[in-house]
Amino acid sequence: MSKARILLPIEGMSCASCAATVQEALAAAGGVASAAVNYATAKAAVDYDDAQIDVGQLIQTVREAGYNCGKATVTFGVVDLHYAPSVVPLERALAAVNGVIRAVANQATETVTVDYVPGAVGAEDLERAVQAAGFEVAEPIAAEDPVERERIARRREIRTLTGKFALAAVVTVVAMAGAMLLMADRPAGAHGTFKQFDLLGRLLMPLAVALRDRVAAQGYVLDFEWVKRGLGLVTLPVVLWSGQQFYRGAWSGLRHRTADMNTLIAVGTGAAFLYSIVATAAPGLFTRAGLPADVYYEAVAAIIALILLGRLLEARAKGQTSEAIRRLAALRAKSAHVVRDGKETDIPSEAVVVGDLVIIKPGERVPVDGMVTEGASAVNEAMLTGEPIPVAKKPGDEVIGGTINTTGSITLRATRVGKETALGQIVQLVEDAQATKAPIQKLADRVAGVFVPIVLALAIAAFVVWFDFGPPPALLFATVALVTVLIIACPCALGLATPTAILVGTGRAAEHGILIRSGEALERLAQARTVLLDKTGTITEGKPAVTHIVTAKKPDGSSISPADVLKWAAAVEQRSEHPLAQAILKAAKDKQVGVLAVEKFAAMEGRGVRGTVDRRIIEVISLRHARERSLELGSLGSDADRLAAQGRSPVICVVNNTVYAVIAISDPIKPTSKEAVAHLKRLGLPVVMVSGDSRKGAEAVAKEVGIEEVLAEVLPSQKADLVKKLQRQGKHVVMVGDGINDAPALAQADVGVAIGTGTDIAMEASDVTLIRGDLRGVVTAVALARRTMRTIRWNLIWAFGYNVLLIPVAAGALYPFTGWLLSPVLASAAMAWSSLSVVLNSLSLRRFKPVWAT
Amino acid sequence: MTPAQIAVSAGGVAVIVGELWYFLFSRGPAAAAAVAQGVQEIAVTVKGGYTPDTIVVQAGTPVRLRFYRDETADCSDRVVFERFGIDRALPAFQTTTVEFTPTEPGEFPFRCGMSMLKGLLVVEPPGDRRAATSPHKFHGA
Repeated sequence: MSKARILLPIEGMSCASCAATVQEALAAAGGVASAAVNYATAKAAVDYDDAQIDVGQLIQTVREAGYNCGKATVTFGVVDLHYAPSVVPLERALAAVNGVIRAVANQATETVTVDYVPGAVGAEDLERAVQAAGFEVAEPIAAEDPVERERIARRREIRTLTGKFALAAVVTVVAMAGAMLLMADRPAGAHGTFKQFDLLGRLLMPLAVALRDRVAAQGYVLDFEWVKRGLGLVTLPVVLWSGQQFYRGAWSGLRHRTADMNTLIAVGTGAAFLYSIVATAAPGLFTRAGLPADVYYEAVAAIIALILLGRLLEARAKGQTSEAIRRLAALRAKSAHVVRDGKETDIPSEAVVVGDLVIIKPGERVPVDGMVTEGASAVNEAMLTGEPIPVAKKPGDEVIGGTINTTGSITLRATRVGKETALGQIVQLVEDAQATKAPIQKLADRVAGVFVPIVLALAIAAFVVWFDFGPPPALLFATVALVTVLIIACPCALGLATPTAILVGTGRAAEHGILIRSGEALERLAQARTVLLDKTGTITEGKPAVTHIVTAKKPDGSSISPADVLKWAAAVEQRSEHPLAQAILKAAKDKQVGVLAVEKFAAMEGRGVRGTVDRRIIEVISLRHARERSLELGSLGSDADRLAAQGRSPVICVVNNTVYAVIAISDPIKPTSKEAVAHLKRLGLPVVMVSGDSRKGAEAVAKEVGIEEVLAEVLPSQKADLVKKLQRQGKHVVMVGDGINDAPALAQADVGVAIGTGTDIAMEASDVTLIRGDLRGVVTAVALARRTMRTIRWNLIWAFGYNVLLIPVAAGALYPFTGWLLSPVLASAAMAWSSLSVVLNSLSLRRFKPVWAT
Repeated sequence: MTPAQIAVSAGGVAVIVGELWYFLFSRGPAAAAAVAQGVQEIAVTVKGGYTPDTIVVQAGTPVRLRFYRDETADCSDRVVFERFGIDRALPAFQTTTVEFTPTEPGEFPFRCGMSMLKGLLVVEPPGDRRAATSPHKFHGA
């Protein structure tokens, strides 16, 4: 009936041969016209006849082949579904949408749950299907963009936090002044105060006395009871509004049998506030028992103000931790000029669909990934490849979304849009990585889980001990100790230690073109002990190129021009498909030597090629074959041998049976490889090179970049065994290679680093992907991983140390020896600072720079 | 010791024991997953805790838990089922589906990334369904 096309995300493919298996299985299914599976993107593009086979069956086929298919689920409300006679038409209409696997309507809840292939179904498709079946969706399906909603929620949170803090801060200043007046005039005793005993009281005493004298000088006489009532009144809104979130959170936690930060703050400030209220309303209860009717309103206000300030600063700082993602996302173009129905229209770039013709004018950002169909220009790909020089693009070339078109106007056909684009995948990968944790956090998590109930227990124990054994007035000291312990304890620092550092570390890595898959990969990278480098494509460019042309003298003594040699050689090689031939053709093109026509072309299996060019018989042959034929090589013979010893492949260009030149071809070493190896060694990492090439060739390259240990003539399939062997020696192995041929070795290694070329992000098998082909990325990755782990370790030491040291101090452990008592206000300042300092320490990772940039 | 001191000491110990038991060892009411098309499905709201926090399922049948995270608080941004090797991010205001098939009966705790929020998955032997539990008892209310 009708032709349909779908992109299925495939899960579980670990190598390129898996892709072949999936492809075969799909192609063999009845109704499938063609199937193409891309291993790098883990997607299968299937053209099929939807009358014969549906998406569900396609997915079943993939499953039967032993792999899995990505699936997403959306649930949305449908108006008046409850009263519909049957849900079958609705379910059918939805299931008929291309890409929908299953649709289930629930009349009781008036909702529909749709399983679909991610990326294949748009919200409008579903809405249209619902309408076609005669229903209305309760609210636009896509309207609730969770990311947007979260962003708005966070912004609103910061705004209300600021307001709440402002009120609490003003009240704190007022309450402090009042408290000082109360404190200055009344020494310890039945009617006095005991605040001058704690650390804050000692600090503030001189100020309090000065304030009292000032008030007295103005001729005012204070009624202390009225001052207390006034303070209670101004503090009330702070408790009811500013501190509301703590009490609400604590209550919600209590119902769920969980205790967190909010529980501590709520119980702490609640106890202090209630004590103060009783002391204000019924001071007689205290004085009759010989207790001072002291109030702690200023402590309540200050605790709430300081903790809100801490949260506020923390929220701001946390916003900065995800800056890297925002910067990446900012590379996306907002809108696109699309040709539809022969007219050029501007649409948001999210609305571009695969197959659209998109026009990109000079200076604009490319909105989607696509293939150039018209025009020519140079495109700046620096943000992806790090290459500062714009790359020329002509029809047939691939262009990546997020790059900048420089000079000409080009038209491209969109091949990947939205989250499917290279940039979208990078953003997704970094976001996923940032949501993971490093194993080092496990201990902290375990402690955090039992932390708050244990602190509650300690606080109550401190209360009991002070009450039973403390100096009079015992109830007052006991209450202060209880409140101080509750307030000073900081489980947040424990929880924030790892995630914030990973957030900043992976973000910073992404900015350097390094995609780290998870916190675990980061931790293993920091522990690396050996680096295994693949040769071809990793240390070298992976594309053979002409490096030398040594020409003979003509019989008349003049030199033969290398350009002529290239011209003739390229003429015969244009018909050959040998990799060396491609190198010669590329050299001819780069040198802009016109390629002549060739006649009577013949390929001599294993020996070379021959043809007639410009009435000359031109041969490009191997050195061995030249010797077999006893051609006169002269000094070129020793040149050829020397070049071969350097690991290059010499070929001989013969014109009319006379040797004209030796052309040396080799896979050039990337310019930064040598520096990268030196830096890796400086990081204390032994570097080993693996190569499938001959020993001689491999060793020549190794020597050039400064690697001593070479494992040559290793088949791709043996590389994984090699990694295993090193691991058996107890080494943490980092394997660097390309993501396709080396996939098994990358997967076997403790950390697999795939070296990419910007466009294809072969991230399936690797823990780390270097977007830029630069080997120095490995150095940066290891250095950054180590620095991140160091930051995490410091964060954890700080978080644990802080709580272990200060909770006993807050409980009054120093009082018997020094007479020191921490005040609740100081405790809240310490608490706020503690979690903030962890975030700030993690943020310091933003200043990380690669070694060569410093 | 004065009577007040004895009372405060005894009360303190009682509160400590009760508080530790309540937060660390007690459980909320259980909810059984509803079976639809061969899958045991239940919606869990994540807001300051898991509602419901004890989920009863049967061994051998696939389980689909749909977590809706109704807050931005950092605490709840992951859900971890250690026993099933699941560690999933829960984006705020989104429903995240966690699917697995428990094979053997037992009690398997789940938790948030920082172990502050806790839940329990009770896997019963197949066919041993509790009649009285209704999945609708704990949400919407």
